[in-house]
Amino acid sequence: MDLSIVIFLMGGLFLGWSLGANDAANVFGTSVGTRMIRFKTAAIVCSIFVILGAIISGAGTTETLGKLGAINALPGAFAVCIAAGLSVYLMTKFGLPVSTTQAIVGAIIGWNLYTGSTTNVKVLLTILSTWVLCPIITGLIAMLFYVVTKKFLQNSKLHILRVDAYTRTLLLLAGAFGAYSLGANNIANVMGVFVPIAPFSDINILNLFLFSSKEQLFLLGGIAIAVGVFTYSKKVMFTVGNDLLKMSPIAAFIVVIAHSIVLFLFASQGISNFLHSLNLPSIPLVPVSSSQAVVGAVIGIGLLKGGKEVQWSIAGKISMGWVLLPIMASIISLIILFIIENIFNLNISL
Amino acid sequence: MFGLKSESLFSQSKELERQIDEFVNTVSEIGLIFKRAIRDYLSNGSRNNFDQMVEQVSIMESKADKIKKEVETALYEDTLIPDARSDVLRLLEHLDEMIGLIQGNCYRFSIQKPSFPKDFHKDLINLTDVVIDSSESLCISVRSFFRDIKTVRDNAHKVAFFEKESDKQTSDLQRKIFDSSLNLDQKMHLRYFVEKIDQIADQAEDIADELQIYSIKRLI
Repeated sequence: MDLSIVIFLMGGLFLGWSLGANDAANVFGTSVGTRMIRFKTAAIVCSIFVILGAIISGAGTTETLGKLGAINALPGAFAVCIAAGLSVYLMTKFGLPVSTTQAIVGAIIGWNLYTGSTTNVKVLLTILSTWVLCPIITGLIAMLFYVVTKKFLQNSKLHILRVDAYTRTLLLLAGAFGAYSLGANNIANVMGVFVPIAPFSDINILNLFLFSSKEQLFLLGGIAIAVGVFTYSKKVMFTVGNDLLKMSPIAAFIVVIAHSIVLFLFASQGISNFLHSLNLPSIPLVPVSSSQAVVGAVIGIGLLKGGKEVQWSIAGKISMGWVLLPIMASIISLIILFIIENIFNLNISL
Repeated sequence: MFGLKSESLFSQSKELERQIDEFVNTVSEIGLIFKRAIRDYLSNGSRNNFDQMVEQVSIMESKADKIKKEVETALYEDTLIPDARSDVLRLLEHLDEMIGLIQGNCYRFSIQKPSFPKDFHKDLINLTDVVIDSSESLCISVRSFFRDIKTVRDNAHKVAFFEKESDKQTSDLQRKIFDSSLNLDQKMHLRYFVEKIDQIADQAEDIADELQIYSIKRLI
């Protein structure tokens, strides 16, 4: 493989690393931060399931991102990933929980603007609408789970220690599901732009499995996410678990499961096809933000408790970050594309 | 799997549940023995039967202490119930202090042998009964804290009721003692015993108050 290809792929791997470091904290942060699950356990489970989710169910959301902007040259894809990664890094520096999802969408639009490609407005509107819907749906699911769990705990009269043991098990299962959904939903952010220009060829394993070039890319992206989880997410997990969200382990489980369900819904080809077969409006397969999902779930629980615990000023600041991030990512994308084309004399599109 | 042994996690939980139940049983039994011991002391004085009961309380106190240490170690070493751990440990600590108060009363009767005139026997028995009623209600409240958080408040309310009753009976008995024709030194001696018994109910009420706070914290 050409060395330049490896270098360009590094852009995606960098984004994968930052996704692993930041977004994995949404899945296991509360469990690790509250010391319900050890970091090592969380990191191993998270890595395995992120990779599985990416390879098995990552195709749906990738297709949608591909429709938003079909980046057709490796230097362009590299620039888009670096722009997204950089903007996520900057927003994280301001302490705002952002996601690679918004960054990559902004960066792709930057590429469209720079190369004069048309942005598919319908796809863009679908993506934007899911960003509004995602926290609302997660909030509603969290509220439902909260009411049911509270009722169950009141009626079951389980011992506090038994509840603790169940919660630990459920947190691990919900975390595994969350990691799978994160991999499935967000791998598009990391590797989506490389799919049309995948530098790999399909591998036929003993005439039994076809390991397609797309799947190889997703595996690579999944590994990059796993590396992010192992190398940098511990600090973020403790921040999420102790500082950002002060909640009981049971509430933490509700947040994780609601987040995981929503990420899974927006990535599941099966559910989408099933709804379509029933002539119901199918769920768009869109990479949604795991941070938005978590914030939606927390606000949902907060509202159910009477709304006093919700810090609306912080919620407003976070929402502002969600609007700013894609804009910032597209501007950074434009700048990097300009540099690559004019200083390094590389073709950013065909 | 991955360092989380779910089977041992559940069996460990069951064992700890059993230990905590046993600890609360011990608190309750020590109270009931104390009640019987006071009756026995007043009718027979500090003789064999009373001394046996004091010995029994002492053995149970050591047992409770051992359980408390084991639970404490398990909760910390295995980072169980991280959100409620400090509350549970403080609760066990304060229950242990209440056991200490009961044991102290037993020893005081055994060593100092206060001489309560017959006129005060009924009052002292009533006081002991109401004090142990408060500790019994506290034990129910503690069990609720672990299993049925909603009923903590109902039982804690009973503890407060018995504590007030105990205060009232303590005042009445002290008044009766000082109105009597006993010597001042004997009056002071008896008052001291009455106050020490009343302290058990005070401690029970303090723990019940804490429990109510802990249970609010435990709501998800």
